[in-house]
Amino acid sequence: MSISQYNGSAMIAMTGKGCVGIAADRRLGIRNMTKACDFKKVFQVNDKILVGFSGLATDLQTLEQRLRMRCNMYKLREEREISIEAFGNLVASMQYEKRFGYYFVEPVIAGLKADNSPYLMSSDIIGAQCFKDDFVVAGDTAETLFGMCESVYRPDLGPEELFEVLSQCLLSGVDRDCLAGWGATVYIMTPEGVRETHLKGRMD
Amino acid sequence: MMDLAFLDAPFTPACAGTDEPDGHALDALDAARPAMLGPQRALMPNLSEVQEHLKIVHGTTTLAFKYKSGVVVAVDSRASAGAYIASQNVKKVIEINQFLLGTMAGGAADCQYWQRYLGMRCRLFELNHKERISVAAASKLFQNILCGYRGYGLSIGTMVAGWDHKGPGLYYLDSEGARIEGNLFSVGSGSLFAYGILDSNYKYDMEFADAIELGRRAIYHATHNDAYSGGTVRVYHIDGKGWRRISEDDATVLHYQYNPGKK
Repeated sequence: MSISQYNGSAMIAMTGKGCVGIAADRRLGIRNMTKACDFKKVFQVNDKILVGFSGLATDLQTLEQRLRMRCNMYKLREEREISIEAFGNLVASMQYEKRFGYYFVEPVIAGLKADNSPYLMSSDIIGAQCFKDDFVVAGDTAETLFGMCESVYRPDLGPEELFEVLSQCLLSGVDRDCLAGWGATVYIMTPEGVRETHLKGRMD
Repeated sequence: MMDLAFLDAPFTPACAGTDEPDGHALDALDAARPAMLGPQRALMPNLSEVQEHLKIVHGTTTLAFKYKSGVVVAVDSRASAGAYIASQNVKKVIEINQFLLGTMAGGAADCQYWQRYLGMRCRLFELNHKERISVAAASKLFQNILCGYRGYGLSIGTMVAGWDHKGPGLYYLDSEGARIEGNLFSVGSGSLFAYGILDSNYKYDMEFADAIELGRRAIYHATHNDAYSGGTVRVYHIDGKGWRRISEDDATVLHYQYNPGKK
């Protein structure tokens, strides 16, 4: 088993019309043993940025804390919120800083640009950015999640439809994954704000 | 004119009297056994990689225990290959005959094939001896088969449970050759979670309903805590009238039944 599957995770980020969303499972395990069903993997950086990390839980938390510090410092120095484009580059460059001793984490970033158009990015464990305009997936059975997204996703979904599509894709995806699931959380971001919803899922 | 003389020659089984106590030849099965020891190691350089693909039911939770009025057998139903869930609807209780059940842990094909074969052997025993085979004898037959294939890469961890003239019978067997009689066993990646529930609630003098509920609850806890166990919780019961399927419940439905407050 690879260290990326040590804790288990599944994550999808999608764009809609004037909205974006991230869905993530809630499991924290140690190999086969499920330790918690309420583990936080997605974080809201500001009104325009959502970021989720799949992979090793300890690195996820370290990277999130370091990122939060960098964003707070940015805000103090610049007296403005960091833009999502800058944030995406910040995440990738912080990952590449540790090129030869990396964080075992695959980040997905979803948010709204200054003109409220969607922004979507995913990255591998050493910071290779991948920009998409439909969806990105991460986790220990990314193939399954990809299959769901490929068949269910349509462009220009509204926030409600996006929530539905994200939820169905994630829940069906983790039903084929031993190491992820045990409930899910969906974040939908619109210019008006972020809505966080907990989903009931299979508990085995 | 065709020579039909061979029809008059007395029939001799291929391996009569070698390792089969009751004289039944393994015929084709023995013929299929490779001549060298550990053929996989000789023929396949990357054995562990190949075995990953061979072993579909890697993670499992199965349990069985004797109590005052019978044997309870309970299992999950998940088949996994790595982190991928291959199936949520596996039958891990193998019905050998009306009075004997086997459980499945390890390789799905190994368990299915050899317990089917054991069923045949038990039926032949019945026909020869005009009485049902005891659990002890059936499990001994199985052990002899498994010992014959030791080192060949079989992966089996099973419990043989049943009812015979002595009452309830329960044996643990594995592909390493072990055969252990006992009152309570659990096998598989989720077995430790099941033991946690079983050991703290098991009493030999339990009532029927409590015994069934204990089996179900132990498997449910294993499905919840063990990533490689899940799907449906199946419970069987064996007594003097043979085995009976008691219940089949979705693990997630059980979760919300046992934890009504949870969101």
